Amino acid sequence: MQIIKDKQRVDNTWQFIADDAALIAGDITVSLARWQQNRADLVAHNGKVGLRLKASDSVEDFAEDLTNIKLVELDFADFSDGRSFSQAWLLRGRFDYKDEIRAIGRYLPEQVFYLSRVGVNAYASEKTTDLDAVLNNLNDFTVKYQSSII
Amino acid sequence: MYQYTENDQILIDERVAQFKRQTENYFKGELSEDEYRALRLRNGVYIQTHAPLLRVAGPYGLISSKQVRKLAHIARTYDKNYCHFTTRQNIQFNWPKLELVPEILAELATVQMHAIQTSGNCMRNTTSDHLAGVAVDEIADPRPYCEIIRQWTTLHPEFDYLPRKFKIAVSGALNDRAATQFHDIGLHLVKNDAGEVGFKVFVGGGLGRTPIIGQVIKPYLEQKHLLSYLEAILRIYNLFGRRDNKYKARIKILVKETGLEEFTKLVDAEWAHLRDANELSAERVDELKAHFASPAYDVTADTDTSFAEHKVNNKAFATWLAHNTAAHKVSGYTAVFISLKAPDMPPGDITDVQLDAVADIADAYSFGEIRATHRQNLILADVKQADLYTVWQKLAALELATPNIGKATDMICCPGLDFCSLANAGSIGVAKEINEALDDLDYIHDIGELKINMSGCMNGCAHQSVGHIGILGVDKKGAEWYQITLGGSSENNAAIGERLGPAVAKDEITKAITTILDVYVKNRLEEETFLEAVNRLGINPFKEQVYANN
Repeated sequence: MQIIKDKQRVDNTWQFIADDAALIAGDITVSLARWQQNRADLVAHNGKVGLRLKASDSVEDFAEDLTNIKLVELDFADFSDGRSFSQAWLLRGRFDYKDEIRAIGRYLPEQVFYLSRVGVNAYASEKTTDLDAVLNNLNDFTVKYQSSII
Repeated sequence: MYQYTENDQILIDERVAQFKRQTENYFKGELSEDEYRALRLRNGVYIQTHAPLLRVAGPYGLISSKQVRKLAHIARTYDKNYCHFTTRQNIQFNWPKLELVPEILAELATVQMHAIQTSGNCMRNTTSDHLAGVAVDEIADPRPYCEIIRQWTTLHPEFDYLPRKFKIAVSGALNDRAATQFHDIGLHLVKNDAGEVGFKVFVGGGLGRTPIIGQVIKPYLEQKHLLSYLEAILRIYNLFGRRDNKYKARIKILVKETGLEEFTKLVDAEWAHLRDANELSAERVDELKAHFASPAYDVTADTDTSFAEHKVNNKAFATWLAHNTAAHKVSGYTAVFISLKAPDMPPGDITDVQLDAVADIADAYSFGEIRATHRQNLILADVKQADLYTVWQKLAALELATPNIGKATDMICCPGLDFCSLANAGSIGVAKEINEALDDLDYIHDIGELKINMSGCMNGCAHQSVGHIGILGVDKKGAEWYQITLGGSSENNAAIGERLGPAVAKDEITKAITTILDVYVKNRLEEETFLEAVNRLGINPFKEQVYANN
């Protein structure tokens, strides 16, 4: 599967491991709950580890561990849940997170300009046509009133 | 008033292009109803009972004559020759075709207008005092700060998908004319002991289903911290506001459930991270102040004597002056209300012909500027006393000079069942009936200051809970009934009206209102206003008479 990362189409190299599934080798993302329960195993994991955040998860809960986390997926259960926008802002603006932040799930390609401004730099989608829209819509505005995060 | 920079113009032009694409994608089936709904709302488009409604932003109520002519053109070309001014200083069109909305927005953009964030769960148009810059009781002009907030709230990337809508109002005067204590955030310009202008910040006020008076979260906020403090409040609200129940999703519920003390701690902790990084510079404030510099007033304006002669010789003119004008900080100038409450017009409505004429009058007599008021009227803020008689004649010829500002027939009224898909009951028809019952101007003037607010449902768009008399339409087994409240106020002495008793039927509501007024006239003390009388007497004397025959 391809995603958009830093305004380019690239192959996705990450795999999400459900809470009840065994870890596999390679780059994986897990839930925050799993990270908190199995932190030691995950830090020792053979491959990179990322987190898949729900909108209700608190960024503060893993902020001290960010050097161990190489990807944060913001999982939109509903495009209208704006908490994910603040999560991204906090990760970049407050905790100086430098690695990938990826929007996944039910966000809208129509929201990517805002997402990019709060620090999201990658976008996954089930529909490949959405990826075209993402690339296009990242350029919706050439001007802005507020400072952006990156 | 504020003039767009090149970047301001690019931003709204790009927004038009974005919404055009979104609308096309919706018609192609590429966006679902739900998805498109969220996007169109953020561009001011509701789908109502009969047709889409387009709500255009009137930034803190200021509109130029050129913009008013554009509104007239849109009313004529895309609507049924009229538009409607709202309680939040915005402008609504009731009959545009959805597929033509992008075209209308492109027309608006040519005169520096837009419909961005006039609906949806985002930060809305910032409202303010309609007498800003000319009021005699002004501490500082709120408009530069309103514009700073307008820019900050517009297309804010982090706060466009809030739990619920979010409204900010700013007052710079001793008397609050912007209902700031009933906003999600209310800002009062105040001076500290050193004479520096800052903000007293209220949070968690609101009307609607659960009216709550805002509480002071910061007695004095330095100017330079304005945006960082707003950001802190918004971030806490975005992260912690309830999203499980839309009726509990406003910040007022978060503040209430968290408690002001705890909520303040959360905001202050967030703000501690932001305050030093995001200061508003004095240069930026000065730059904005320059946009709102006073116009070139005529220093000899108060030497005119014709005005006094007309006043003596023409009773109708004198009456209009007494009721439809407000004092101006510059001697020889007056702020003139344009009443959008003529007896035979729905409150707040104005036709294309009237709009064009108002633009001409503004150009000739008030520096080309028009303001919308919180009570759905318009204002020409800077009329020379020598011109008042002519302005009155012109307004009277347009049926825009009904001398009823702040009086019983200056009702705030929502579109009600006639247009709105949320409404439970009609409001425009009832307003008309009450208006007809109160057709004696001398009687209305004798009643004096009285704010009647009427909403067709619990969402309370017409602010019935803060009306001196509030009327709320409810559905009772398919019939339209009306609940009455007394004693509400959205001014300094903010109060939520007390319910008089059981709802009354549609054919009894007008009688109930006239009965309430009779009780007031019979019981009032000398110089006592209706609101003061209600506060002194309590609701019982009114209740007894209204329900006497039941």
